[in-house]
Amino acid sequence: MAAMLEMKDVNVFYGNIHAIQDVNLSVNQGEIVTLIGANGAGKSTTLRTISGLLKPKSGEIFFEGQPIGGQPAQNIVKAGISQVPEGRRIFANMTVLENLELGAYTRSDKDGIAADMEVVFGRFPRLKERLQQEAGTLSGGEQQMLAMGRALMSRPKLLLLDEPSMGLAPILIKEIFSIISDINATGTTILLVEQNANMALKVAHRAYVLETGRITLSGDADELASSEAIRKAYLGG
Amino acid sequence: MDFFNVFVQQIINGVSLGSIYALIALGYTMVYGIIKLINFAHGDIYMVGAYVSFFAVTMANMSIVPALLISMVVTALLGMLVERLAYAPLRHAPRISVLITAIGMSFLLEYGSMYFVSPTPRTFPEVMGNLAYNIGGFVINGQQLLIFAITTILMIILTYVVQKTKVGQAMRAVSFDTETAQLMGINANRIINFTFGIGSALAAAGGVLVGVYYNSIDPLMGIMPGLKAFVAAVFGGIGSIPGAMAGGIMLGVIEALVSGFISSTFRDAAAFAILILVLLFRPSGIFGKAVREKV
Repeated sequence: MAAMLEMKDVNVFYGNIHAIQDVNLSVNQGEIVTLIGANGAGKSTTLRTISGLLKPKSGEIFFEGQPIGGQPAQNIVKAGISQVPEGRRIFANMTVLENLELGAYTRSDKDGIAADMEVVFGRFPRLKERLQQEAGTLSGGEQQMLAMGRALMSRPKLLLLDEPSMGLAPILIKEIFSIISDINATGTTILLVEQNANMALKVAHRAYVLETGRITLSGDADELASSEAIRKAYLGG
Repeated sequence: MDFFNVFVQQIINGVSLGSIYALIALGYTMVYGIIKLINFAHGDIYMVGAYVSFFAVTMANMSIVPALLISMVVTALLGMLVERLAYAPLRHAPRISVLITAIGMSFLLEYGSMYFVSPTPRTFPEVMGNLAYNIGGFVINGQQLLIFAITTILMIILTYVVQKTKVGQAMRAVSFDTETAQLMGINANRIINFTFGIGSALAAAGGVLVGVYYNSIDPLMGIMPGLKAFVAAVFGGIGSIPGAMAGGIMLGVIEALVSGFISSTFRDAAAFAILILVLLFRPSGIFGKAVREKV
């Protein structure tokens, strides 16, 4: 079966900096795939390229067989890929409700949007309590939930998550990862970027390791989690 | 004629003048809010608005309201064209490049207009007759009433569009965080273009009203009100829509009071003194929030 998302020899530059080099990566329908690596390895760049915020200099990106590399971001969302950006990037000066509405910006099916809003409330009950509150007043964990709920409002087939555990207390990190597993279990494919390799490898099916812009290792998440090199470099021993 | 009478009469004059500043200031502040550009060509867009309505009234014999609407539409399209041709290609260029382009665009509009409509000032036809109302000893004339009515209606419509509609929501999202707005599937370029359209239409309304108020228009008429509206936008807090409305009206009132009690010679000096004071003591303006620069 062809992969849902496929990156072939993708190269991306920031000015003169070669941010990702010849990246080959695939995500199959139904999977959680994680992309781990140190700070500055190119993980966010990879996601931003898939989302259309950056244009690859060379290489191809296919989503469900269609080339999407270099297309404007709104087309990517319409194709069914939605991203929870690093640092959550919620619209702090708008209400929780408005943030969720913006997540459904590309849709016009009022009933479907209302139904998905209920699904999001089911997953994140606290958002429902705070619907009219300014999003900037939410706690860090609530903001992460809002960012995830917002991304789900476009009803994505593939959800890109960039460092969802960043800056959260350990108890919340656990909660967020269990929600990630739940979202996947209800049929959404996930590509997860994480510095918290430990947790990421636990929920993921497969993993890629990115080092200074290149993919250096890939394989089943379980296998990578037990490999000596990974343990040393990313799992603290 | 005592102090109180002069004071109230100058407030009436000041609010009508200030309403026009506010209409122009809205365009500055909305464009700044969305792409962090001080669009120096904005004052000239306002001048074009005045000319379009002038020709609509004199050559097509329209009455003032249809002329105003046509002028707003034509000028909105011009503003969008300017954005598409001159600013959009520089979206990822350093901010100073876009600023210099805006200054160039300003000259192009000023001197291009001179070529097409001649530099001679034109007399804007009398559209409100000699209407004047005497309310408890204070005079409000027809032009002032027209200014109040049009400005109020436009500000209500603008507030509704920005706060209650989907495109308004997208404008606020792009203005807050362009990249994340794109991740929502918002076509940021289209929203930015639309913002220029709205800002230009409001400036055009200001231009038409100035024509009505002062009866005279010329190709360089946009320079001073453009600068004043910029002061008003900074005064109110650049990027803030209520700030531009309040800043414009306050600036108009201050100018009128200076004219009435000191001398009209000092009017402009007062406006720019305000700019200096605001920048010194409250750089984020009366309505602006002290926002950290995003990194």
